Amino acid sequence: MNFQWNLVWDAVPTMLDGLVVALFATCIGYVIALVLGLVFAFLRRSGNRWVSAPVGFLVEFIRSTPLLVQLFFFFYVLPLIGISASPLVTGAFALGLHYATYTSEVYRSGIDGVPAGQWEAATALNLSTRRTWTNVILPQAIPRVIPALANYVIAMFKDTPQLLAITVVEMLGGAIALGSETFRYSEPIAAAGIVYLLVALLMAWLARIVERRFGQVRV
Amino acid sequence: MSAGLMAYVWEGLLNTLLLTVFGALLGLVFAFVAGLARSSERKVVRGIAMVYTEVFRGFPALVLLFALIFIVPQFGFQLNPLFAGVLALALNIGAYAAEVVRGAVRSVPPGQLEAAIALNFTPLQRLRKVILPQAIVAMIPPFTNNLIELLKATSLVSLVYISDLTFAGQLLRASTGETALVFFGLLVGYGVIALGFTVVMKLLERMAARSLGRSVPKGLFGRAEVAA
Repeated sequence: MNFQWNLVWDAVPTMLDGLVVALFATCIGYVIALVLGLVFAFLRRSGNRWVSAPVGFLVEFIRSTPLLVQLFFFFYVLPLIGISASPLVTGAFALGLHYATYTSEVYRSGIDGVPAGQWEAATALNLSTRRTWTNVILPQAIPRVIPALANYVIAMFKDTPQLLAITVVEMLGGAIALGSETFRYSEPIAAAGIVYLLVALLMAWLARIVERRFGQVRV
Repeated sequence: MSAGLMAYVWEGLLNTLLLTVFGALLGLVFAFVAGLARSSERKVVRGIAMVYTEVFRGFPALVLLFALIFIVPQFGFQLNPLFAGVLALALNIGAYAAEVVRGAVRSVPPGQLEAAIALNFTPLQRLRKVILPQAIVAMIPPFTNNLIELLKATSLVSLVYISDLTFAGQLLRASTGETALVFFGLLVGYGVIALGFTVVMKLLERMAARSLGRSVPKGLFGRAEVAA
């Protein structure tokens, strides 16, 4: 065995470049997931079956199929319908859409957790539907799901290496590119693995702080 | 589509199913060993199990796969690619499922364990006759989610040139040029397989619930809420 630790060290600058790309995709994707997830959760609760059923089906479908195939789908099909975006933007969008189906479930459980009396009180006070959501339901539903939502940042970050399939050079992509120059793949891949692990553990630690901060919801 | 291309699709489908089933079986072993070790009396055993779950939940599955394919041969083992795929997927999903096992074991009311101790059951009897039959019912719904995550993760092996369903899709796209159709068909294919696995798991859940004399859950298609 001839694993050379100094080559792991040499891969660090490439990893830092890749980390920026991975964090960028995670951030953009996470914002999309937070917003789109709420939209999905809202539409699924719609009283109109012609709205709630198709949205429910779509959410289940996206949640049950591989992100990788969804990445390929958007990467190859979006240009065919005249939308040209950079691979990074396409990837961040696909990541966001995929995780929106997870966050929508989280929102849904949060909304279901709001006591029925709150809905009745809003009706009794003659609040409009919009006021009911923005002033009564969501302010109670969202704080209690923040810890669960925070965990999805980590999950999304760990899915960013899949973006290499659509030519985005993040950490693993960078490691493989480095390997193809030097014909030594092990050390850069090990470097990528170490950085992924460190950042994921750091994020998990932050998520735990968020959980402690928002864990107890005052009622 | 020519018969030759169709053969790739069937091979891909078979490999995807094999990866999922064997990944799940091996992952189940890792999950039970690590999950039960988390409630061991020995600190060392608990520590090792915790390191396993934290490390493998922190590693992206794709990085793990590349590590097994590129790094392990340096230590003198040449893994069969399909086996490397199964191992990477199992190590990954096993870490998630270990948390499910741990949670389910904890969810068994403490009175049950006390009763088993009072009846002078050996530790193995307590586990086998009292704790696990009740814990397993609680494990099945989250295991269904783990299984679907595993199925989705099998598509990653196409990136290391293992001929799974996604790989067959790539071949099909390259040779027919029907990009949108191929990838849409691929998504539908995975959706259908996921539905099949969900139904099988629902049937298992019913069997387990019935064996305990508990009420049988209705419906065959719904999945439990996902926890991160």
